Amino acid sequence: MAIVYQKSAGLTDKGLHYCPGCHHGIIHKLVAESLVELGLLDGAIGVCPVGCSVFAYKYFSCDMMEASHGRAPAVATGIKRTHPNQAVFTYQGDGDLASIGAAEIVHAAMRGEKFTTIFVNNAIYGMTGGQMAPTTLIGQRATTCQSGRTVEQAGMPIRVAEMLSTLDGCVYAERVCVTDIANLNKAKKAIKTAFQKQMAGEGFTFVEVLSTCPTNWGMTPLKANQWLKENMAAYYPLGVIKDKPISAEVK
Amino acid sequence: MAKELWKGNEAIAEAAIRAGCDCFFGYPITPQSEVPEYMSVHLPKAGGVFVQSESEVAAINMVYGAAGAGMRAMTSSSSPGISLKQEGITYLAGAELPAVIINCMRGGPGLGTIQPGQGDYFQATRGGGNGDYRTVVLAPSNVQETVDFVQEAFDIADLYRNPVMVLCDGLIGQMMEPIEWRPVPKRDLPPKDWAANGRMGRENQNSITSIFLDAEECEAHNDRLTAKYAEMEEKEVRWEEIQCEDAEVLITAYGTPARIALTALETLRAEGIKAGLFRPITLWPFPEKALHTLAGKDHIKAILDVEMSTTGQMLDDVRLAVEGQKPISYLGHAGGIMPTVEEMIEWAREALKEVK
Repeated sequence: MAIVYQKSAGLTDKGLHYCPGCHHGIIHKLVAESLVELGLLDGAIGVCPVGCSVFAYKYFSCDMMEASHGRAPAVATGIKRTHPNQAVFTYQGDGDLASIGAAEIVHAAMRGEKFTTIFVNNAIYGMTGGQMAPTTLIGQRATTCQSGRTVEQAGMPIRVAEMLSTLDGCVYAERVCVTDIANLNKAKKAIKTAFQKQMAGEGFTFVEVLSTCPTNWGMTPLKANQWLKENMAAYYPLGVIKDKPISAEVK
Repeated sequence: MAKELWKGNEAIAEAAIRAGCDCFFGYPITPQSEVPEYMSVHLPKAGGVFVQSESEVAAINMVYGAAGAGMRAMTSSSSPGISLKQEGITYLAGAELPAVIINCMRGGPGLGTIQPGQGDYFQATRGGGNGDYRTVVLAPSNVQETVDFVQEAFDIADLYRNPVMVLCDGLIGQMMEPIEWRPVPKRDLPPKDWAANGRMGRENQNSITSIFLDAEECEAHNDRLTAKYAEMEEKEVRWEEIQCEDAEVLITAYGTPARIALTALETLRAEGIKAGLFRPITLWPFPEKALHTLAGKDHIKAILDVEMSTTGQMLDDVRLAVEGQKPISYLGHAGGIMPTVEEMIEWAREALKEVK
């Protein structure tokens, strides 16, 4: 019998701890497959965040580091600057990256650090039990905005890919989702492109993956997928936000 | 070897380069900014990496990344900046990563002053971050010792896979002194086969982490760390005793005040007052047994602790070591005011008068 499908060599055999319907597992798979297909897995060094994917170091088969909350881009800077020829990535959630780690991600992008950030945006704090994130949508309920987020109380949600794309050091920013096969294929292409540009030394590369949190959204996985498409993708437009080498010309 | 005139902070940076520092991550703050300035010019020439970070928080986490990938990594700062690094330091300790951290102390609390201070003793020796951990703290009292200790610090850090802090004050950082680049003791270092530097064909995956959610696992991790700290207490403790053999009044001091105390000893001795100096060189591990034994000797009548701190911080360790055997008085200043020779003499006389 021919093998038609097998688990990526970029993943370990450890069972995932993620909730049913959560997209982390799919996103892990896409990152792992991309590293394998580009021949980067053996030298790769990943950095995982504080949040639901805190144990990602157990799931990726490459060398990994677990960073403190929000600091993965600084940790990755220390790794990549001293290991310039190896693939380095951070895998971060929205609380980690867009809230407590906002300074670290902005400055890593500004410096044009040559690593790739996979930003998993599920519009909520998952691990701590469903609190409001900087990416929580207006009207969306969370345990710290139980009647729904308001502009008056918390401002408008942050579009990180667009914000980072204003920085010259960020050469590639794309927003994707993994709700269906077509989008999943686009997501993988984006992740591979980001790693290719990293290895070509072009600059900082960023892939934002819209993701579900059925548990804390209080929905079934299928309902969550639908909610993501109808609500998140409306506020966070999918597609390439930026694809441009660092401008050689300084004005 | 010929003596050379070096400014403390620049000498710190040069010492690190000579010790094989691979990378330096720092953020400007007075009175230590000459360290990153010197590094920015000279470390890349030596084949190393220099990055000016966006904050002290980022700098210590860059150290975490580089150290986790097997590099000799260093950062430097001064008191308020060291406060910001505490999170990173507890993660380094928890993940058992070697790193060298320089604190060129200034006065606090808060923004305080840019003048020299010693108010970070608790933060350095108790661990300013969360959890049960220790960092080796080397406290030089002149520029020569500083360059020696910075070089040694990398070996100590690598040997124990633990952060090492060189705690000097702003005076040492800003002062120029003749030094010589003499060899420092080298350790037999194990290979960094734990580093997450890319598998490159290695059979096992290496991961760097400090999370142990399972209670038994977390306690076992803490027990392992505690055993390591016990070994450091046994093997790394250092102190100096000057004219203590017959001393009646014993001054305890570290860093710059210890240096000022040397002059006080001369004057006191010239006046017929037998004074001695007990100088802890490692603040952690604190030379507790040595001080306890010394304080128990009959000829010691009184102890005077001197620090650049108004509340007295090392004073706690002195009290714990002395265990009430002899009376302890305290002379402290803050805000960049140095304890003077005259004050030390007066306080030493008073301390003796009270017990006689």
